[in-house]
Amino acid sequence: MSGSLLTNELALLDGLRAGDEAVFAALVGRYGGAMLRVAQLYVRSRAIAEEVVQDAWIGVLNGSARFEGRSSLKTWIFRIVTNRAKTRALKEGRSVPFSDLGPDEPSVEPERFRGPEDRYPGHWTMHPSSWAGVPEERLLASETLALVENAIAELPSAQAIVITMRDVEGFDAAEVCDALEISESNQRVLLHRARSKVRRALEEYLDAA
Amino acid sequence: MQPEPELTCAELVELVTDYLEGRLPDRERRRFDEHLTECDGCTAYVQQMRSTIDVTGHVPAPELPPALEDRLLDAFRGWRSHG
Repeated sequence: MSGSLLTNELALLDGLRAGDEAVFAALVGRYGGAMLRVAQLYVRSRAIAEEVVQDAWIGVLNGSARFEGRSSLKTWIFRIVTNRAKTRALKEGRSVPFSDLGPDEPSVEPERFRGPEDRYPGHWTMHPSSWAGVPEERLLASETLALVENAIAELPSAQAIVITMRDVEGFDAAEVCDALEISESNQRVLLHRARSKVRRALEEYLDAA
Repeated sequence: MQPEPELTCAELVELVTDYLEGRLPDRERRRFDEHLTECDGCTAYVQQMRSTIDVTGHVPAPELPPALEDRLLDAFRGWRSHG
């Protein structure tokens, strides 16, 4: 969707510029919760995250006349909230260094692979289980989703923000790099580390059943 | 020409995001695919990773607290009357 506005978004943008409260309320309903979640990954305090979201919406309103639709409305709104959150986090003395990719840990525990003395070094000692037989109701149960949410909350901030933007909110790599002002390769490393840890948390949970 | 050394499972799990993102150079991608055709463990691993992405995409957005929603509407009305 990047590069062109959806017709629906154009109508929303017109409504916003015209001061249509129902349109504003609809946009807040659609993106507000997700904005709060992202803001909270930067500032970690709920109260400050709420201020960031409010500040971001003022920015959206003030900028709506100048917005040219080079990105989707959603991308533009999230760029504003991530910028405000970044500024606020700096002020609170807790910046999110996206250049700090986190520790270079193996994605999978090394003991799950055969050692150098083995006939097949670096191969699985025991294969990961197939999740093909896990019923969708279980994969998408609120308990499983809460577990994923917790696993994300425990990640270093930069990793948590990238996986939230990419996999929870569904932005593509270019949109995330643009909103967060990070390089494509850093984005990918952060995403890899984040996804690998969430997979591990899911595996522990699903295999324990 | 030397044959390509075979990719190990331990190496593959570090390339899985580059693979899913379509960022592996052609030669690496071929090694990855060849490994998958012969390794049930890594096939399961890549599927687990795809499932992880899918499940993550279903995490619901948090509710906006009603008090914040009210503050936002107030801010909107203020903006409209001054704009």
